Amino acid sequence: MKAVAPLDVVRVRRDFPIFERTVRGKRLVYLDNANSTQKPRAVLDAERRFYERGYANIHRGVYLLSQEATEAYDRARARVAGFLGATHPSEVVFVRGTTEGINLVASSWGRANLGPGDEVVVSEMEHHSGIVPWQLACAAAGARLRVIPVTDAGELDLDAAAAIIGEKTKFVSLIHVSNALGTINPVEKVIALAKRHDIPVLLDGAQAISHGPVDVQALGCDFYVFSGHKLFGPTGIGVLWGRADRLDAMPPYQGGGNMIHTVTFDKTTYAPLPFKFEAGTVNIAGALGLHAAIDYVESLSWDAIRAHEAARLSGCLDRLAAISGVRFQGHPEHRAPVMSFTVDGIHPHDVGTVLDAEGIAVRAGHHCVQPLMARFGVPATVRASLSFYNTEEDVEALAQGIEKAIEVFRA
Amino acid sequence: MNELRDLYQEVILDHSKRPRNFRRPGTVTAEAHGRNPLCGDTLTVFVDVENGTIKDIAWEGHGCAISTASASMMTESLKGKTLAEGNNLFEWFHRLLTAPPDLGAPAGPLGKLAVFSGVREFPVRVKCATLAWHTLKAALERDANPVSTE
Repeated sequence: MKAVAPLDVVRVRRDFPIFERTVRGKRLVYLDNANSTQKPRAVLDAERRFYERGYANIHRGVYLLSQEATEAYDRARARVAGFLGATHPSEVVFVRGTTEGINLVASSWGRANLGPGDEVVVSEMEHHSGIVPWQLACAAAGARLRVIPVTDAGELDLDAAAAIIGEKTKFVSLIHVSNALGTINPVEKVIALAKRHDIPVLLDGAQAISHGPVDVQALGCDFYVFSGHKLFGPTGIGVLWGRADRLDAMPPYQGGGNMIHTVTFDKTTYAPLPFKFEAGTVNIAGALGLHAAIDYVESLSWDAIRAHEAARLSGCLDRLAAISGVRFQGHPEHRAPVMSFTVDGIHPHDVGTVLDAEGIAVRAGHHCVQPLMARFGVPATVRASLSFYNTEEDVEALAQGIEKAIEVFRA
Repeated sequence: MNELRDLYQEVILDHSKRPRNFRRPGTVTAEAHGRNPLCGDTLTVFVDVENGTIKDIAWEGHGCAISTASASMMTESLKGKTLAEGNNLFEWFHRLLTAPPDLGAPAGPLGKLAVFSGVREFPVRVKCATLAWHTLKAALERDANPVSTE
């Protein structure tokens, strides 16, 4: 194994202006990265530079500014295509985020392909955004939603998946990395099950995208979606990647400007990929910000990021497990630096407030995975999620915050 | 730490661990179910109202320390009160939770309920403190729809 130069976390943190501020008079300990990530200066600069020096709408103007903006937007698309291993930039559709990407596929693909008696397969650990769009599509078509169960460890039950994915299955939609448990799913195995029946597979990459390289060709999926804001980029920009033949065969999602070829009241023809799925004025600045975010992350090297996160994760799991009363939900073997836990006798919301008073940001609640919470028999959990800018000091602050919560409630 | 002690005062911790009137009364003239989907808090408030007076009031459910203590203390404060007095108390309670933290807490007729003034430092927790009250209001207005604070 080749040696990886360790991540210089002190230097990396200087790239993120937010770490210069304090929260409630304390050092900011940001452990809500599964919810959204902080922004490096490079992303902020890219957006500001565009609005200050290069702003115009794209695809419409005959003038230089518009031409420059269009070229910058096209470069962002090509950057994303390279980042994911797409065969061509036209397979990359800019959307608002993961949620819109899944809705686009569920609505458009579902409308064209789902009928009575058909089945769509999801997992018990899907985010609500991987459940509800398919419920809507199934209800419209008279199709049925099937669910791959999750084991006590917080992993997919692959035997059950093999039994569920079959002749009636028309689509499989699966979360790549669990936003609540951190489980890195063996998506290749599920894709192999689907491919036996030539079933298209969508992967929800919202959590996976910031923790390691994604190669859609190696994965073998048909669609991959992620949000820019979980990859240190702006909010309101996300990506739907789809195989050209799959996207080509799908009807438009939204109608409007930019997505058409010609419009008459008798007949409208649609623009080619990817414009068919980008109706209206798009989030140009967001796309440029996402381009900068991808450049930034890759400048750090995935190997260094993964080694740093793995060390922080195992340190955090060990430190919290040593606190009496802390219980983890799930203990997946392959795990991104995301963990859900409860503290005996203290509601997660109260743990969250005690941590907040210490300047520590975590999420407390159901994390948009109510079925998974029900599976583990808890209404809510505390979730700590790390990123490459988190330090051992952050982990220690979290542990001491939890100990403080126990002290407050022992009274 | 001070703002934490202000929020989780001993009275609040006591009620959250040993909630009062945690039961379903024999006679129930109105009830409603309330939930806070954000944190999974869920509770049902039962009342027995006779001639405009709250003869009995109780609740069941589960939630965070703030929502549990608030439900418990609400039932203690309202037993024997008229509906008009109850409404007035809710108005004062709401004013207490939403007043700017740098101003003195408006106590009015709140009595023990004034211990919730620490919630002002944590505005996202106001919903926890008012869940039981909103649910009671729905019960008294005989609103068939479950209450949601979202």
